[in-house]
Amino acid sequence: MNTETIAIVGAGQAGGWAAQTLRSEGFAGRVVLVGDEPHRPYERPPLSKAVLAGDAQADTTHLLKPEAFDALRIDWRPNVGATFIDRAAKQLHLTQGAHVSYDKLILCSGGRARRLDIPGADLPGVFSLRSIEDAAALGAALLAGKRLLVVGGGWIGLEVAATARKKGMEVTVVEAMGRLCERTVPPEISGYLLQLHIAHGVDVRLGTGIERLAQNARGGLTASFTDGREIECDAVLIGVGLVPNDELAREAGLACDGGVLVDSQCRSSDPDILAAGDVAAWQCEWAGRRMRLESWQNAQEQGIAAARAALGIAVNHQPLPWFWSDQYEVNLQIFGMPTPAHDVVVRGDRNSGSFVMFFLDSGKVVAALGPNAARDLRFARRLIERRTSVDAAQLADLQVPLAKL
Amino acid sequence: MSDSQWTEAAAVDEVPADDVVGMQVGGRDIALYNVDGQIYATDNVCTHGHARLCEGFLEGHEIECPLHQGKFDVRNGKPTCAPVTEAIRAYPVKIDAGRVFLSLG
Repeated sequence: MNTETIAIVGAGQAGGWAAQTLRSEGFAGRVVLVGDEPHRPYERPPLSKAVLAGDAQADTTHLLKPEAFDALRIDWRPNVGATFIDRAAKQLHLTQGAHVSYDKLILCSGGRARRLDIPGADLPGVFSLRSIEDAAALGAALLAGKRLLVVGGGWIGLEVAATARKKGMEVTVVEAMGRLCERTVPPEISGYLLQLHIAHGVDVRLGTGIERLAQNARGGLTASFTDGREIECDAVLIGVGLVPNDELAREAGLACDGGVLVDSQCRSSDPDILAAGDVAAWQCEWAGRRMRLESWQNAQEQGIAAARAALGIAVNHQPLPWFWSDQYEVNLQIFGMPTPAHDVVVRGDRNSGSFVMFFLDSGKVVAALGPNAARDLRFARRLIERRTSVDAAQLADLQVPLAKL
Repeated sequence: MSDSQWTEAAAVDEVPADDVVGMQVGGRDIALYNVDGQIYATDNVCTHGHARLCEGFLEGHEIECPLHQGKFDVRNGKPTCAPVTEAIRAYPVKIDAGRVFLSLG
């Protein structure tokens, strides 16, 4: 009888896929899945869109239907946190006093919304967004005719701004940097996103930091900014990034640097401990640097890879980074890691609702993105993955099908 | 199975080679596939994210959903790639005089 135990910390998307993959690869031992949320593993992207808007129920985000999850015979521990890893004894200690002896341990502990260290950040009406509960609380505050202040012009902030506009709110977005989504997209796309939100009536203020939040006499909140201006609003969303939950790994002496350091087989500096998803940092070959990839795709793919690696299957986790965002009527997708150093070729009209922007390095497409261009981008993905040499003029020529390149 | 159970869906040449089209058949949203001249039919809506498979990408016998790149085998509807975990329904197909018929059962 196989009494081997694989423990997973974090029952989000990465942890859920790791658990599921252990079973689909035939692992018959014990799988312990520890999650500090009450929910079975779920996907977070709808929390800023359909679930936030009230258009979809929270349980539609679950990776598996309850009966399919139960059929996996996972020893799932909801509402339980991990407190300590005793690496010498190979024991995982839990908030509820007990501990689990493991043969392999997979850390999928994700991250938490970064908090702002300003006066008033804890006031009622100030929200962050990471969990189903966060989405329910923020969703209840999205009321037509009221004003939402979004602090942070990144993906979460912009998606919430779009959802709030759809709900009939007045929306102001403040971003401390000079452009939107500065960390993840080139300036052309920041400009596109800015125009998109302005066209939908959002008041966007770049280069503006927030200094304080305070309750005002009319029952709302007053926000004060670094430029001396103030605005009154009814709710505030803080969307200023994610802090990886790597404390457990750091306290256990695992190599960490803004996340748990792993190789492309998802192994940490302890070969019996692996990590995946938002908490894991590894050398991404497509980016040419070590990074954490906070994306739906990476949570899924790295969770699968870590489970396979834990079973001794050879893996090489180097998926082409893929990211998407839905805002208003736009589905923006990004393949690869575009940088300002790349040559840019545009296919289609940049001022239309749909175009593709290719990023070339030495005549090869290394990244591509575009709004409402999923099908073309699927061909672009193939060009990138096959490292095809392309002619820039042909790439830009709408008469030349991408399938032919 | 009697002929009355077959529902006419399209002309064979309405399904482009090695590609997918979506259409309404008997009140259902159906995706028709042409793989090397062989026609297959499944429900059109992905079991994961509610995207339409006819806007996806057919490679061999696999249809890739345009939203999250999950995949199904068009011959039997079985999921072949994450994130999809539930099969889509596949329908028996017959070709008669250049027309595609489905058994919607």
